[in-house]
Amino acid sequence: MSDAALAHGDNPTGFAHQFEDLEQQHDAGRMGMWIFLATEILFFGGMFTAYTVYRSLHPQAFLLGSHILEVKFGAINTAVLICSSFTMAMAIRSAQTGKRKGAIIGWLIPTMLLGATFLFLKFRFEWYHDYIEHTMPGFGFHYKPEWGAHAPQVQMFMCFYFFMTGLHALHMIVGIGILLVLTCMAARGRFTSQYYAPLEISGLYWHFVDIVWIFLFPLLYLIRY
Amino acid sequence: MSTTATVESLPNSSAEPQVNYLNARYGVKSWLLTLDHKRIGLLYLCTITFMFVVGGIAATMMRLNLLEPQGALVEPETYNKLFSTHGIVMVFFFLVPSIPATLGNFLIPLMIGARDVAFPRLNLLSWYIFVTGCLVMLYVVCTGGVDTGWTFYPPYSSAYAHTDVFLAAMAIFIAGFSSILTGMNFVVTIHKMRAPGMTWFRLPLFIWSLYATSVIFVLGTPVIAITLLLLGVERLLHAGIFDPALGGDPLLFQHMFWFYSHPAVYIMILPSMGVISELITAFSRKRIFGYSFVAFSSLAIAVISFLVWGHHMFVSGQGVYAGLVFSVLSFLVAIPSAVKVFNWTATLYKGSISYEAPMLYALGFIGLFTIGGLTGLFLASLSTDVHLNGTYFVVAHFHYVMVGGAVMAFMGGIHFWWPKITGRLYPDLWARFAALVIFVGFNLTFFPQFVLGYLGMPRRYAMYPAEFQALNVLSSAGASVLAVGYVIPLVYLIWSLKYGQVVGPNPFGAKGLEWTTQSPPLTENYVKTPIVTEEAYAYENAPEPEVARV
Repeated sequence: MSDAALAHGDNPTGFAHQFEDLEQQHDAGRMGMWIFLATEILFFGGMFTAYTVYRSLHPQAFLLGSHILEVKFGAINTAVLICSSFTMAMAIRSAQTGKRKGAIIGWLIPTMLLGATFLFLKFRFEWYHDYIEHTMPGFGFHYKPEWGAHAPQVQMFMCFYFFMTGLHALHMIVGIGILLVLTCMAARGRFTSQYYAPLEISGLYWHFVDIVWIFLFPLLYLIRY
Repeated sequence: MSTTATVESLPNSSAEPQVNYLNARYGVKSWLLTLDHKRIGLLYLCTITFMFVVGGIAATMMRLNLLEPQGALVEPETYNKLFSTHGIVMVFFFLVPSIPATLGNFLIPLMIGARDVAFPRLNLLSWYIFVTGCLVMLYVVCTGGVDTGWTFYPPYSSAYAHTDVFLAAMAIFIAGFSSILTGMNFVVTIHKMRAPGMTWFRLPLFIWSLYATSVIFVLGTPVIAITLLLLGVERLLHAGIFDPALGGDPLLFQHMFWFYSHPAVYIMILPSMGVISELITAFSRKRIFGYSFVAFSSLAIAVISFLVWGHHMFVSGQGVYAGLVFSVLSFLVAIPSAVKVFNWTATLYKGSISYEAPMLYALGFIGLFTIGGLTGLFLASLSTDVHLNGTYFVVAHFHYVMVGGAVMAFMGGIHFWWPKITGRLYPDLWARFAALVIFVGFNLTFFPQFVLGYLGMPRRYAMYPAEFQALNVLSSAGASVLAVGYVIPLVYLIWSLKYGQVVGPNPFGAKGLEWTTQSPPLTENYVKTPIVTEEAYAYENAPEPEVARV
């Protein structure tokens, strides 16, 4: 996905031979990313469908399962990601308005740091905690007495929880990788007010990953009362 | 009606050896690191041909085994692995990428007057991803195979199968990403890279059908990816995602699997329909009848294909009303398919028809696809499906569409564009002979299976009651004829690379931008970006064919 945006890195003007002009290239890149995001929606959509079907089959168990999660961390992470979307948007804005490369890098680095913060909180305080508490399927999952007969379906909930947040985290890691490349490009002064397509296109991806979380958070954490 | 003006034509210097995409650079590296869509198309062609041979060997062993009621060759367990390998390899590693990744890659930029696809590096990446998927699948085949059938239905695949289901699923998962990248690349290329004057309604119908295919690639493939990933998780953790005893639902897998895999059927057939539109017009030297109907029927098929998956599950325990709705929707998808068949037939009417090898494949396609399509209606009807589900009738039906349709069109397309790809012509007599052998062998193989299925012989069994033997022997005999039919082109096409007659840019006198550039084309396709001033298929001002018409 990022290749579409970053393919032109070895060319100082950023212009690829198969296009007539830079505008056509920019349009094509942007459209490619939107189509990729359509693919991603269907990808996560399949998962949301499976989750929803099982939630409706086992409402009680999924309620018990969602109580294993801590809303506090989910909420903090939501705020972290929304902030990172803001800093990403500002990075694009500074390129568009022709700011110097320091300004662009100055927005890209906080974006990466916020992404890393999200992942750190997720790993350290949520997944690791689940591992210790034996609520991680596949790693010594223990049935708790208070779940009663619902225990197998609680495990299924946790299975979906790890599957969905795991795939989301994977997308975050890829996103941070893309941001790293963008930072290097910005440091070499690649971006101008005419040529900022890689930033804009990667921004679309970053916002998309945020939006997936905006759906995951209520689905997993909040439907519990 | 417009228009007479011509496309910017090229000086064709046939006297001195011309520079083209094949001789511009030499060496293994120049192929493995190429960003040229034409070379990538050829890389795909070699890869899928190899996979076709692998799938074909599995099919051959199955047909040999079915010569005798008790099984002539292999143990039942091995037979299970054979039909699973045949299905998985042929569907995911041959048919899905067949026309799009080879002819599509080669022709889309040429047909729309572009220098390359929109994202050449992604294009090369998609080939590497595909090869990775192939290697994983071959590893599975070599280390014991997989025995779930190509559909991977749980709970068998999740809880009971002892074969390497996980890796086989991952092979398909990986190959899926190459489909997604290809689809994305094609959609953007068709939207953004068309030459000046190449409006949507001047596009060749091949482009329309590949556009529709790409939409399915982009929207369908991620769903099978997530489904197989869920199956993999279940296989590793046994958390009960598809296990009814733990509250899971095996039907959910079937729904999600067919949400992709039914549209995937149209991934396989839509590009073939595009090829047929090109062949029929070129060899009857006429405009296509009802251009916009044929174009929009491709899109209609793509859209409706997403709404019919439940017809695979009439007897799986989905609700009666769901069954009714899916039955009606499945009948609907027959309409755009029939529109195409009628329009091709109407194009032939009063055309100046000649019977070159590609045209033989095209005419074969129309007949076989019609049989395959009409027998699909038997299966879309709730009550007859209860009788026919899971029998050889189903096997015969989808082989008429997939082999009689998709593979025939693939062969026709490869022959038609072979002079463009290589600059040389294949031996025409051999080509027409092979087309005939394939047609006869195909019908001999699969027509008896309609009868077998109607009589109640279930698919996927290594053995059968003795009274079915005559028809099974007939089918196996047909399969060997078919195999010969496939080997002949393999031989003479390779032969023609060195010894084939050298031809100019447009041996068949066909319309279309790709015929205006030299054969084989330049790396950059056109010396100068062409300007298009006429509709597709304006055969009233087509050039004369270079080769004699037959």
